[in-house]
Amino acid sequence: MMTADNVLDGNAAAGPLLEIFSVDLTAAHGRCDECGRVCALAETVLYNHAPGLVIRCVGCDAVLLRLVDNGTRAWLDLRGLSYLQIDRAQ
Amino acid sequence: MGFFSSGFSGRGRSDNPDLPPGQYLTESFPVLSAGPTPRIATDDWEFTIATETGKVHRWNWAEFRALPAEDVTTDIHCVTSWSKLGTGWRGVSLDTLFSGVETSAEFTMAHSYGGYTTNVPLDDLLGGKAWVAFDFDGEALEPEHGGPARLLVPHLYFWKSAKWVRGIRMMQSDDPGFWEQNGYHLRGDPWLEQRYW
Ligand SMILES: [Zn+2]
Repeated sequence: MMTADNVLDGNAAAGPLLEIFSVDLTAAHGRCDECGRVCALAETVLYNHAPGLVIRCVGCDAVLLRLVDNGTRAWLDLRGLSYLQIDRAQ
Repeated sequence: MGFFSSGFSGRGRSDNPDLPPGQYLTESFPVLSAGPTPRIATDDWEFTIATETGKVHRWNWAEFRALPAEDVTTDIHCVTSWSKLGTGWRGVSLDTLFSGVETSAEFTMAHSYGGYTTNVPLDDLLGGKAWVAFDFDGEALEPEHGGPARLLVPHLYFWKSAKWVRGIRMMQSDDPGFWEQNGYHLRGDPWLEQRYW
């Protein structure tokens, strides 16, 4: 994967995603629809110096998740994930 | 807006007539990026315009740089609310690049190295309003700012000025690009504050 400045690990997406969902999605495991790699969202690469939040695969740089929030409406694009595995609280 | 960092740290001057509504002045040049920075050697670079008939017009770097270039001084306006006034660029006008292109399509999709896309109506690219820029402030455009070359469409929000541009594809309909699929406005005129759908 190419090196990049100004990125965070996906763990930093916890707050923004909690505003949309009631569970901490960064603990969920997602499968990259491009290369098949499965990893926790917390372990992905987050680009937030951008007009939205972009989470990319650590294996192939493909976009996994996009989130745009204008304060009154949010748009979530998950098409880069073939699934999200969410472990329910026991 | 919401919780996104714009990389902006400047002071607002809402009384400045050069500032569109909701914008703040910055002296720095924040780097916004939705992905890793591609490092494209000019030897490997090419720019294409593909029309609706399938015809593809191509320029390698030498051919591109042999085209007449223009110095452009312009204000730029990022949708994350910073504006930078009087920026200096050098680039090839889209009028020059389109001079031998036959098309009846009214819309375009700009494609970048790294996979970014943004849709721009053809009318917004022609008429001395847009360039493929290769210099900033008298220096070769750095990769962080879109070098070797980026689209420069300064009358629209800066997300339309695609960094690392590699080509333009003509479209019969105004299909949305990378951000326009997720809430951002199809056209993005900062003076009309066209930020979102
Ligand atoms: Zn992947």
